[in-house]
Amino acid sequence: MVSTAVPPRSWAIHPFHAAVLGGVLPLFLGALLADYAYWSSYEIQWANFAAWLLVGAMVFTTLALLCGIVGLVRRTRRLGYVLVLAATWVVGFINALHHARDAWAIMPGALVWSVIVTVLALLATWIGFASLRVGGVR
Amino acid sequence: MNRRTVRILAVSVLAAALAACSQKAPPLNQIGATPELPAPHRGVMPDMTIAKPAAWGDRVPTVPNGYRISAIATDLAIPRQTLVLPNGDILVAEGRGGSAPNLKPKDVIAGKIKAKGNTAVKSGNRLTLLRDADGDGVYEMKTVFADKLNAPYGLAMIGNAIYVANQDALVRFDYQPGQTRAAAPPTKVTDLPSAINHHWTKSLAASADGRYLYVGIGSNSNITERGMAVELDRAQVWQIDAATGAHRPFATGLRNPTALAIQPGTGALWAVVNERDEIGPNLVPDYLTSVREGGFYGWPYSYWGKNVDTRVMPQNPQKVASAIAPDYALGSHVAALGVAFSTPAMGAPFADGVFVGEHGSWNRNPPVGYKVVFVPFSNGRPAGAPVDVVSGFRGEDGRTRGRPVGVTVDQRGALIVADDLANTIWRITPGTAPAAPR
Repeated sequence: MVSTAVPPRSWAIHPFHAAVLGGVLPLFLGALLADYAYWSSYEIQWANFAAWLLVGAMVFTTLALLCGIVGLVRRTRRLGYVLVLAATWVVGFINALHHARDAWAIMPGALVWSVIVTVLALLATWIGFASLRVGGVR
Repeated sequence: MNRRTVRILAVSVLAAALAACSQKAPPLNQIGATPELPAPHRGVMPDMTIAKPAAWGDRVPTVPNGYRISAIATDLAIPRQTLVLPNGDILVAEGRGGSAPNLKPKDVIAGKIKAKGNTAVKSGNRLTLLRDADGDGVYEMKTVFADKLNAPYGLAMIGNAIYVANQDALVRFDYQPGQTRAAAPPTKVTDLPSAINHHWTKSLAASADGRYLYVGIGSNSNITERGMAVELDRAQVWQIDAATGAHRPFATGLRNPTALAIQPGTGALWAVVNERDEIGPNLVPDYLTSVREGGFYGWPYSYWGKNVDTRVMPQNPQKVASAIAPDYALGSHVAALGVAFSTPAMGAPFADGVFVGEHGSWNRNPPVGYKVVFVPFSNGRPAGAPVDVVSGFRGEDGRTRGRPVGVTVDQRGALIVADDLANTIWRITPGTAPAAPR
């Protein structure tokens, strides 16, 4: 018989939370790059790409935000992280609505909103992966 | 200042802001040759007010005193335009076209919402013939004249030929007086631009001398959001040689010329055109205009003459400089889908002018359209404000019972109106006798 010691749960971040949080920045960044491509080429397909990338980004941001709120309730997450993620969600939502405009009507707002939300997403991801240390690491 | 004061202040500022938003601006004059055009505007979401369909029941649309209305055909499969044949029979084009894919998340959501305001009936893709053999105003015969068509819309007649503008081709039926069923499948005159077909309706009129057919072809987008490449041969009126099928652009920059008519006497081509959406409730007025040969009417670069639409990039100042303003604004978002010149047999109030069928708005609150109006003419030009001829399609209870599309004048003195929500054909005649039973 092998005796096993059950270690206390020591995830710095829950794998699911990590997976969805990890999707937030690339998708917002992708939308930003697509917006820049439309800005510089007038090629409408880039605006379509940006709109769909934002939908993906919002799905991941929503899931990450839910994980963050659960963490807040269970006192494993700080309020600051959840607030930055919530700000990302709000700006991302405004940006998604803004991208529903037709053709050049999204410019220059689309580019401005995408820069802001990408910075927020970077910040949220940074805090989300850096702020919590569990176990031996101090 | 304590927190309570701050909160009260915040609430009152918010209330003031909301009040400012809901304050109604004085209504703009958007009728006639020089409509007032506000600055373009779009909020976070476009204004959407979608028709809530309901059945007519015992009700009928409202007509002026001294006129009566009756439903001469019901249970059709999306009637759009009608044609009165020389013997008084009525042909009805039934169908729904378009194959525009959803390009953006917005298209998916808006498509679902807009569908609520339309009929759920399947596209008929056919021509139905209605006949009133004894002339009592009751069209006792309803039979399929031709089927297996592809979203037929525009109808015209030259001699013994009936021309039908399908969403992808102009076709011709040989016709013998009194015929109730086409003897053979139609002959193709020419293909029409049909890729995507964002605006799929192909309107049709025959020149007075019977030599040419005019086909109205709508744009492939609201305002180039599907790219300029798909706008080749779109937003224009083609002139087609009836004998050879050869075509050339007759006029361009007409965003969606949904109905065409030839003016009696002058032989001039007139059109009603649906203008662009999503730059505010009072932009851009749909219009009625005589169509000048070689004329450029602005779309997509500008509207109502030389008002630049900044949503189109790159812009084209040269095209804008050449844009001509239409003749007569009908109001923004009314969605004019039918036009027909009247005849003295329609009675003194409507002796000289055109009837216009207004399908009704989606991009506006409060909604507009949902009626048939009469634009009086004098010396061959629009003169005066439109008069409601058929209304009550949108009830005061907020329910929508019908949406007018094509209008046609029967020379014997009747206005024929196709209703693509109630799937009904209405007939309006001078006279005060009780309406024929439905």
